[in-house]
Amino acid sequence: MAAPMRKSNGSARSVDRTREDMTAKLDIILVGLNHKTASVEIRECLGFNDEDQDAALEGLNALDTVREVLLVSTCNRVEVLLTSTATEAAVEAVVEFLADENRIPAEDFRDKLYVHIGENAVRHIFRVAASLDSMVVGEPQILGQIKSAYYQATLKKTSGVILNRLLHKTFFVAKRIRTETGIGDHAVSISYAAIELARKIFGELEGRRVLLIGAGEMAELAVEHLIRQRAGDIFVANRTFERGVGLATRFGGRAIKFEEIPEALKDVDIIISSTGSPDYVVARGQVKKVLRSRRSRPLFFIDIAVPRDIDPDINRLNNTYVYDIDDLKGVIEENIEDRQQAALRGERLVDEAVIRFRQWYESLDVVPTIVALRRQLEEKIRAEAERTRQKLAPKLSSEDTEAFEKMAQALVNKILHEPTTILKKAEGHDNKATLLATTRKLFKLDD
Amino acid sequence: MILLTIVCYGASTAAYTAFLVRQKKTFYHAGVALLSAGFGLHLILVLTGTFHSGHLPVNTMRDTLSFGAMCVAGVFLLFQYRYRLKVLGVFAAPLAAATMVIVSLMPATSAPAQPILKSLWLVAHVTFIFMGEASLALACGLGILYLVQEKAIKSRKPGFFFRRLPSLDRLDSAGQTCILAGFVLMTLGLATGLVYAKAVWGRFWSWDPKEVWSGITWMLYAVLIHERLALGWRGRRAAIMAIVGFATVLFTFLGVNLFMSGHHGAFSG
Repeated sequence: MAAPMRKSNGSARSVDRTREDMTAKLDIILVGLNHKTASVEIRECLGFNDEDQDAALEGLNALDTVREVLLVSTCNRVEVLLTSTATEAAVEAVVEFLADENRIPAEDFRDKLYVHIGENAVRHIFRVAASLDSMVVGEPQILGQIKSAYYQATLKKTSGVILNRLLHKTFFVAKRIRTETGIGDHAVSISYAAIELARKIFGELEGRRVLLIGAGEMAELAVEHLIRQRAGDIFVANRTFERGVGLATRFGGRAIKFEEIPEALKDVDIIISSTGSPDYVVARGQVKKVLRSRRSRPLFFIDIAVPRDIDPDINRLNNTYVYDIDDLKGVIEENIEDRQQAALRGERLVDEAVIRFRQWYESLDVVPTIVALRRQLEEKIRAEAERTRQKLAPKLSSEDTEAFEKMAQALVNKILHEPTTILKKAEGHDNKATLLATTRKLFKLDD
Repeated sequence: MILLTIVCYGASTAAYTAFLVRQKKTFYHAGVALLSAGFGLHLILVLTGTFHSGHLPVNTMRDTLSFGAMCVAGVFLLFQYRYRLKVLGVFAAPLAAATMVIVSLMPATSAPAQPILKSLWLVAHVTFIFMGEASLALACGLGILYLVQEKAIKSRKPGFFFRRLPSLDRLDSAGQTCILAGFVLMTLGLATGLVYAKAVWGRFWSWDPKEVWSGITWMLYAVLIHERLALGWRGRRAAIMAIVGFATVLFTFLGVNLFMSGHHGAFSG
């Protein structure tokens, strides 16, 4: 019997009840909630941290109705991907498991859950991995998180033929979308946008010196990005010297006095400013003075402060660039629009991949597998027999030719007899999918 | 044959432009392959010309331009192989293509073969000069790209070019490399030219307009390199100078031939 991937979608309660009797069909099911459906309070309660995750996965795997299972739990989502022949019971079991494990009543989160079955489950996991479903579309972390969830599932042996194939396809699709649409290519956060700009000015950031004036979340984040890009010395100037020393220690840099800023301009390459000062902290004249001794090395000011710290006229000086917070916002707005465009193209690639996966999934059945196996054998044996026949052609009578053909057909039948019987018996068995997948792999029926 | 070369260069231009816009690796590979094919054909063209006349085909304006275009393609391919600055193709490929279109439009006059053309010194002189000028042409292209990229960054509205062009630092240092290479080659070219002049006319220097302008060009680049090394002239000013320098090169090459006469003029048909 075929196990078609059904197009259905709905909450945990609205799973189609008419399918209860068709228990032999194996479904791919996804139960989960994310930042769009559930508030952070609920996600906190339902999420599993790294230590709990192993136990949770084993717990899920122990449920009677669950065949294969994978658990992805991040701060933005909890996703349980599983296969089962008793779809509704399995969904219910998973919901109860989540409730028990986290000691909260199932009613508190039941309406926040989504349940995807068959094709929709496949599409969902593809979209999540490709970061099309993320809060910040195109962010790269989620793929890594799914990869480690899968790694965990392989260690605990909770994934089987179906999920293995599904996850490999998932990684493939996600990677393809990333490279083909360029969805993650350009920064969509202020601090990353600043780094991207710096890279367009300096090329490699390795060894470039950084001066942080003031303090603030965005500015500090930018410094951290720079350190990750192996920037050179970090200087910190703060009105309260002590605060500066604290920050400098954190970044492994050096604190300087506020009055030393003009002197420091001679040496540094990137200046990030974020103070509460009502006036400009760096004036045009101060920069102009140091340009000569800098021998035209470029100077990049990132002004995150409001009101601004850096005199915007500095941008007019040679080899000197100033970006304020609005400029950076302008840059990322453009990038966000681009990501939306890329996401549309990504959806198209997902659709393609879903169709291809469905084809594989549907072929993972007894009848199509036997048909494909027979066709392949016939083709090969016929071709070989034909070759031999042509070589002997002048010496052969028409009866001989007929005999050749009969022999070819007999060979096919003899060879296929055992495999066909075994595959037919597998119908309804637990290991049917494994057996079919192995057969298809051994004879390369999927190419 | 010339037509086929033009087709290759032209198609390469299209491929590089497509690469700039769409950023697909395939276009870039196509660009490189087409340009290499064009260069190969061109080389065969020049070599057969040499074989037939017994000397390098540089005695008419038409042949000289063609030789120059070949050098641009060749030097760019070398440069690309070494530095992987892919976008520069949108400058080099059309330059080669356009020059060849002009060549194909010029009448193919065959100047009488002069015995003074048969000299290894001349081959060295012409080859060095043209390879040097091709390098300087690339430096000019890099200078233009630098100014475009700088404008994108300065305007604080980074757009189309910002994403597609490499960093300022990269453009600047690549431009410097081209200028240095071009300068060395030009110096070698001028030196061999002097030796050749001594052999043919009995004197090193004869105040021929082309010689004078070559001297001026050489001085200009010498100053530019000195300023960079001594005073750290780089970035915008260096980029502008690279463009001005190449304009002088072009004038020395074309302008002098067209507007002034001298013994180089005899080769410009």
